[in-house]
Amino acid sequence: MSVQQVDQGRLQSPFYPRYKALDRLDTWHTWKGYTSADALFDGELEYFAIRNSCAVFDLTPMTKYRITGPDSLDYIDRLVTRDMRKIAAGRVAYAVWCNDQGQVIDDGTIFHLRDGEYRLCSQERHLAWLTAAAIGFNVTIKEETADIAALAVQGPTSYSVMKNLGLKGIENMKPFGLMHFDFQGSEIMVSRTGFTGDLGYELWLEPGKALDLWDALFEAGKLHGITAMGTHALEQARIEAGYLAAYEEFLPADETIRTGRSRSPFELGLDWLVDFKKPNFNGRRALAEEKLNGSTWRLVKLDIEGNKPAHHSYVYAKPRKNKKEIGFITSAAWSPICKQNIALGSVRMPHGKVGDSVWVEVYYQREMHWSKVMAEAKVVDKPFWFPPRRGATPPGPY
Amino acid sequence: MKTYDAIVIGSGHNGLTNAAFLAKAGLDVLCVEKNDYIGGASVSRNLHKDWIYSNCSYVCSLLRPEIFRSLELHRHGLQITPYGGSTTFLENGDYYGSYWDAEVSYRERARFSKHDADAYNRYSTDTMRQCRFIRDFLLRTPPDPTSFKPKDIRELILLGRKFMDMGEDRMYETIRFWTMSVAEYLDEYFETDVIKTALSGSGIIGTALGIHSPGTAYVLLHHYMGEVDGNAGAWGFARGGMGAVAKSIAGAFQGYGGELRTDAGVEKIVVKNGKVKGVALTSGEEIDARVVVSNMDVKRTFINCMDESDLDPEFYHRVKNFKSRGSSGKLNIALNGLPTFPALPKGSSLMFSDMHFIDSMERMERAYDDWKDGTWSKDPYVDMLIPTLVDPTMAPPGKHFMSCFVQYCPPQIEGRRWKDEEREAFGKTVIDQIAKHSPDFKSLIEHVEIRTPQDIEDQIGITEGNIFHGELTMDQLLFNRPVPGYAQYRAPVAGLYMCGSSTHPGGGVMAAPGANAAREILFDLNRHNTVPENFGDD
Ligand SMILES: Cc1cc2nc3c(=O)[nH]c(=O)nc-3n(C[C@H](O)[C@H](O)[C@H](O)COP(=O)(O)OP(=O)(O)OC[C@H]3O[C@@H](n4cnc5c(N)ncnc54)[C@H](O)[C@@H]3O)c2cc1C
Repeated sequence: MSVQQVDQGRLQSPFYPRYKALDRLDTWHTWKGYTSADALFDGELEYFAIRNSCAVFDLTPMTKYRITGPDSLDYIDRLVTRDMRKIAAGRVAYAVWCNDQGQVIDDGTIFHLRDGEYRLCSQERHLAWLTAAAIGFNVTIKEETADIAALAVQGPTSYSVMKNLGLKGIENMKPFGLMHFDFQGSEIMVSRTGFTGDLGYELWLEPGKALDLWDALFEAGKLHGITAMGTHALEQARIEAGYLAAYEEFLPADETIRTGRSRSPFELGLDWLVDFKKPNFNGRRALAEEKLNGSTWRLVKLDIEGNKPAHHSYVYAKPRKNKKEIGFITSAAWSPICKQNIALGSVRMPHGKVGDSVWVEVYYQREMHWSKVMAEAKVVDKPFWFPPRRGATPPGPY
Repeated sequence: MKTYDAIVIGSGHNGLTNAAFLAKAGLDVLCVEKNDYIGGASVSRNLHKDWIYSNCSYVCSLLRPEIFRSLELHRHGLQITPYGGSTTFLENGDYYGSYWDAEVSYRERARFSKHDADAYNRYSTDTMRQCRFIRDFLLRTPPDPTSFKPKDIRELILLGRKFMDMGEDRMYETIRFWTMSVAEYLDEYFETDVIKTALSGSGIIGTALGIHSPGTAYVLLHHYMGEVDGNAGAWGFARGGMGAVAKSIAGAFQGYGGELRTDAGVEKIVVKNGKVKGVALTSGEEIDARVVVSNMDVKRTFINCMDESDLDPEFYHRVKNFKSRGSSGKLNIALNGLPTFPALPKGSSLMFSDMHFIDSMERMERAYDDWKDGTWSKDPYVDMLIPTLVDPTMAPPGKHFMSCFVQYCPPQIEGRRWKDEEREAFGKTVIDQIAKHSPDFKSLIEHVEIRTPQDIEDQIGITEGNIFHGELTMDQLLFNRPVPGYAQYRAPVAGLYMCGSSTHPGGGVMAAPGANAAREILFDLNRHNTVPENFGDD
């Protein structure tokens, strides 16, 4: 037997050579074992590419599972809280799945690739749990993270880039739609999805074709401001879109040690994803009970006065005297596009109703010295950034 | 003649810890040790040329950081260096490793099973949850559930509340956890034999139980609840060997004015009118003290060193029935160079890991079968480390000290004392097992010290050589340790206390029993408490 050894350092995605060639800053981090760029030339400019032209992000490290077999629909419907029977082939669904206690294990997107064939894409790894939950179903669950290379192409000119790439019929694809195309003799799946809250697409294909796709894409986007981006830009856009991130807005329930540190879908503002009209699903009983008795936490989107990002801040009910701590900020950013000081946070019920004011204690540092302000924050309903182009079908050239 | 405030019998790390906290409170304390060296099972010995062996305990993790800090052990020379990983050699020439880096470990597990690689997160979360529950009680005296004293009621409420805080489902899990076998526990998460095998070892180390025996899941916890610098579950080496732990505590003790006497074995604990009076040494000398604290295990304390007539029969019986079966042996080896392990890639960090040479649950259980038959495992579970890869002080440059902990090894052979040739054969079994995975190993051996549980008992006086001073099963834990009704370190004789590993929270180089006992003694004497509270972690 030859001497075995798993990779001891960071893995490289099939797109790595192109990223590396564009990299000026040399600042990388580990994302699920892969090396992933924080930013390539300027995080701010990369962010503005998302909002102004077209930015490309390598999402190969996303955990991916292929779910097939005669019971695949029943299995997935049983797995997640939303009604998957409504998700036809060629559609994508954002979903959460829970443990028996109705606590969120993870969120992710489920791609109904073809009749009865699904891809589940999540932030964390769940093969053991997905397998355990498959009891009684005739399905095959295959982890395919490394078998599928993926790129997000996001921003107002992304539709033009897709068209230039020669994807016929893409003009008819609605948000959360997916289609298969031929790309240089192999198949590429394109979905109208993303993590930026803007017009955008995600491209999925076999790793062997990854570099060819990259080159074709950048050729197609040459006149449309196509730009590669790192995680910094994406994270900024993610908060503006009001999307949740695991380990920020919630902890996977099966990885929380302390009692009460996990969250239910209701506590994450995902009531719309829980459907009691469908057949049994994991966590149903606990969630029905919670619906009846009320939740402990509420996720809030906050529009905070001033311009100092409220990283890691406490949230209070009142600004002074008996101010009462009611929660904390989970993600915060200054939004360059909205010129707003925005944040996501977790507060105790019944605080944080839409329209309520809460108070956020913001610490900030100027030339070594620390200061703090008590900033008023309005609880808002809608994502901070939701441009009409995001939903337009067909999208314009912008 | 002088009367001490307190005499501590035994200079194991718990005896020294106890003595140090008493002396810190201003008591006049004498610690007497039967051997001409201190440390008990936390010891470094120079038995061959320039080699230093950690010849009993060999790795440090459980030592309470609160005690380290409070006694300022760094000032007395103690340095703990973390080490990483573990390796299990497979019969087919492959190996299974675990690494410091979580992603690399993930990849390694995925090499065997992607399912198990993912399952590991839930396993370690669930295990850590149990650790957190028990860790808060390490530096607390177990409550007496039958007492109505406010202190006991307060502690019981705390225990109850911590338990309730877990939530309904986790309470059930916890109750199951405390009584189930390590094999059953691992079956709930994993499907791969070698991954289960690698993890199951911690469930049986030092325990006269097999991987399928109820109660072994808890033993696993006992090995996980340690930490090095807040890194839960991490293990480390004490620079200079485990004797450095005892030496540093002794340094603190003497710094507080305590007196330490070696070559001073106690023959009897002297009792007069139901009250302790002092100790009688084997030399015939008698020394008086108001308080006597025993660092010896509970059986040696009451059965060997006291008159039966000084004890209540029921208590005496309970002590007699206390389970303290020896099951572990040890080989300490001086090596002329670093052995190679062809299964490992060149330069692999796994060389620094603890190594095991048994790759299936079946073999683990068979190893236990031999012990039940009254002999050593012919295919043992060995926990092998080479501390000199990290510690430059234990062997001459280029030479190495190898520590092999061996499970299972009986205290007697077929009910009688070990013969020399049997000890040699036991050593050969272990060496042969390692040599199967390291062709040059045998040629590098310069000296071997072979220790059976009987040798451990003969030398440091632990009954049957049980490394924990008594098994860590539910019936012998918390308020049941060592025996029900006597978990608060007080013996049934006024002025007599217990501070060894037979008391809560049990064995391992943890120093918690010694510290807890000191807190109770100081309470009884109306003295200022010098024992720190646990750091806590909400
Ligand atoms: C082989 C082996 C390997 C181990 N490995 C580890 C490990 O790697 N990590 C870990 O954390 N734990 C390990 N342990 C367990 C740990 O070492 C012990 O649980 C712990 O050291 C016990 O400490 P103690 O102070 O309670 O008792 P002991 O260390 O047993 O001390 C008792 C002392 O009392 C003395 N004594 C006995 N009788 C008398 C008498 N009549 N008069 C005077 N003195 C007397 C003895 O000589 C001894 O010094 C191991 C134990 C063994 C035996």
